Amino acid sequence: MQPLEEVSVLISGAAGQGIQTVEQVLTAIVKDSDLYVFATKEYMSRVRGGNNSTTLRISCKPVYANIDRVDLLLVLNENAIERHRWRMTPSTIVLGEEKFVRDEPNHVVVEFSKLAESFGNKIYANSVAIGVLAGIMNLDVEAVSKNIERYFSGKSKQLVDANVSSALKGYEIGRSLGLKLELRKCEEVKGKRLLNGSLAVALGAVAGGCNFVSSYPMSPSTAVFTELAKLAREHGIIVEQAEDEIAAANMAIAAWYAGARGLVTTSGGGFALMCEAISLAGMIETPIVVHLGQRPGPATGLPTRTEQADLNLVLYAGHGEFPRVVYAPGSIEEAYELTARAFNVADKFQIPVFVLTDQYLLDSYYLVGELKSFPVERYIVKTDSNYRRYEVTEDGISPRGIPGYGEGLVRVDSDEHDEFGHITESALVRRTMVEKRLRKMKKIIEESVPPKFSGPDDYETLIVSWGSTYLIVEEALRLLNEPRIAHLHFSQVYPVPPVARTYFERARRTIFIEQNATGQFANLIKQTFCIDTSEKILKYDGFPYSVEQIVKAVREKLGV
Amino acid sequence: MFRPEDYDIPNADIAWCPGCGNFGIIRALKTALAQLNIPPQKVVIVSGIGQAAKMPQYVKAHMFNGLHGRSLPAAVAIKMVNPELVVIAESGDGCTYGEGGNHFIHTIRRNPDITNIVHNNQIYGLTKGQASPTTPRGQVTTLQIDGVYVDPFNPIAVAVALDASFVARTFSGYLDLTVEIFKQAIQHRGYALVDVFQPCVSFNKVNTYEWYRQNTYILPDSYDPTDRELAFRVASETGKFALGIIYKNPNKPIFEEQLIPYRNDKTPVALRGLEA
Repeated sequence: MQPLEEVSVLISGAAGQGIQTVEQVLTAIVKDSDLYVFATKEYMSRVRGGNNSTTLRISCKPVYANIDRVDLLLVLNENAIERHRWRMTPSTIVLGEEKFVRDEPNHVVVEFSKLAESFGNKIYANSVAIGVLAGIMNLDVEAVSKNIERYFSGKSKQLVDANVSSALKGYEIGRSLGLKLELRKCEEVKGKRLLNGSLAVALGAVAGGCNFVSSYPMSPSTAVFTELAKLAREHGIIVEQAEDEIAAANMAIAAWYAGARGLVTTSGGGFALMCEAISLAGMIETPIVVHLGQRPGPATGLPTRTEQADLNLVLYAGHGEFPRVVYAPGSIEEAYELTARAFNVADKFQIPVFVLTDQYLLDSYYLVGELKSFPVERYIVKTDSNYRRYEVTEDGISPRGIPGYGEGLVRVDSDEHDEFGHITESALVRRTMVEKRLRKMKKIIEESVPPKFSGPDDYETLIVSWGSTYLIVEEALRLLNEPRIAHLHFSQVYPVPPVARTYFERARRTIFIEQNATGQFANLIKQTFCIDTSEKILKYDGFPYSVEQIVKAVREKLGV
Repeated sequence: MFRPEDYDIPNADIAWCPGCGNFGIIRALKTALAQLNIPPQKVVIVSGIGQAAKMPQYVKAHMFNGLHGRSLPAAVAIKMVNPELVVIAESGDGCTYGEGGNHFIHTIRRNPDITNIVHNNQIYGLTKGQASPTTPRGQVTTLQIDGVYVDPFNPIAVAVALDASFVARTFSGYLDLTVEIFKQAIQHRGYALVDVFQPCVSFNKVNTYEWYRQNTYILPDSYDPTDRELAFRVASETGKFALGIIYKNPNKPIFEEQLIPYRNDKTPVALRGLEA
């Protein structure tokens, strides 16, 4: 039997059944078996019942993107098969208890609950399932016991031992099934760590010197908040669950005013409540970093699903005119790096900086290399008694003091103000201050993160993406292997880096791929460069793109 | 020793009407700060929006003049990142009890060591005369043309109900009383609410200086502010309004002292890593 390069496993069951446990332990076992893994989950907005699933791509080569194809479907409840039938192929193996899988032609019965009961208790069923899956794919058996043990650490020895032995018995059953899903081991994954988007944003914040986070829980952004809470002791972070998003944003801004480096993490609806505060940050020239994990709106929308439809919201959030920067990481590594960068850029230019992610990126895992450390750039000055908070300068940046550091007084005002921060209605001062604030844009643009280009230099068609779709599009274009297609990805979406213009000018055709219904980024590019952006591939059903879907959509567009 | 004038902003263009109750409050605040000998560099006055919220514009201290209703979250955050600062949140009744009502509740729950001075003129001044949350039932305004037909908000009773650690009320016409209450509020460890009755000479023709003199009384020396049931009774009185320190619970944990970064190190988070 020839071992495979890659196996795609879909685990599907009801909320509360332990899919996340299986996912968490299995991904760790895969990593310890020297294999790459990509995992992403989709779940319903409920605590019990329904149907949730996790897709695991397990491979001897690096894997970073979502796919539709399922090689092995582990069924844990009755409606799991119907929901995922469209992803199944004739060779998909359906694994589960007889009552769930018996009608499928390609089924394999394993009675997880009954086996668990025979091993001592029904509650070991998840460990049995983990063992069976690991056995089927010929994963490292020691990694199985090690990770089961780790997962249950803190529980009684008897419980740990029972779960380990159940998993090992499951492993033997998996091996004995003789399914053609054994994996080849080809590359070392040691030194890499398993990271998801949420933890990447949280670690990025820490790397950026974040020491204050005030937020209000909202899917899918909450995990960033809880990860920071877990990091708080080690890194001295103030973590405050505010009474509402309005308080959260005002707190973060005031924290920066007083000398901290503050973050809010939220989603579209929560951010809508923060818009006035963003305008305040613009007026008082106080930094704030906003992580916005997008989900489909309007209103409550699809609370646990994914979309890229809040770009316009962050571009135009807040009344009045003031500079801002919007990053949209294309990978887990970028989620880390750009969040760290956001703190330095916010501090340097005294502006709101947004990190725009989405449920897909936040809830996806893969193996990443060593995370770079960044210098925490602090731009706080010690004030003297003549200190003017809004000193008019050539680049528009006034040295920023904080209360209690130096002899000066730090006076900030949401009214229009003079250099001292005093309220004014002078037309001259108003013009001076508007121009001073907007003048910062020049340097902000100079420090843009350029878009990433891949493909041949003599391309005819330019595929344009932004944010979390990056790695899906990259893999799709590699598979397409068309000689005249290139890919341009933006992880800084605003200000649009001016260097991007030449890429558009060189293209005969430009196709935008976005996960929204109106092509918000295409419209921004049209507005920025006055080019035709009418060709779009759009998706707005709440589920992430897959590699196959991009391949198909690009083929249809190009007629290849 | 500081003098009240040391907190003056030279050439300040004051936007209050002549005779406004705010003048009494600003004088009392500067006097209290001087008597407590707190340097301006140590004081942050945080305000929202409204005529009362212009207070920090006219006081020499650090100023965070933020958004309408949001003085408290900003003040709490400033205290969290630098507990060495004396933080005073100061705004009107509309800003604090209306727009910012949710923050009022949750700031009391937190019990940060800040002072919250609420200029309560029972009317909206800056927007020219609409009812505020504390305007009594029946009062005719520019908007409530048949009179207010909802009950007024009782900030003192709410604060006592939430076991706020310091609850006081004063009247801007009584300078000495106000100075004394401000001093005690600033010195109090924990959240201190001072609701200050203040006439609006332009838009509230009911609650005048004379009206407040006639409709308030000063709590006697024998009054025990640590008796919560008594405080609740006083807060709920329907006749004359009590002035003085109505309730005190000095035994509550201080919010910012419980934060993770301060458990082993008292250095303000804001100043960590900065050269002294």
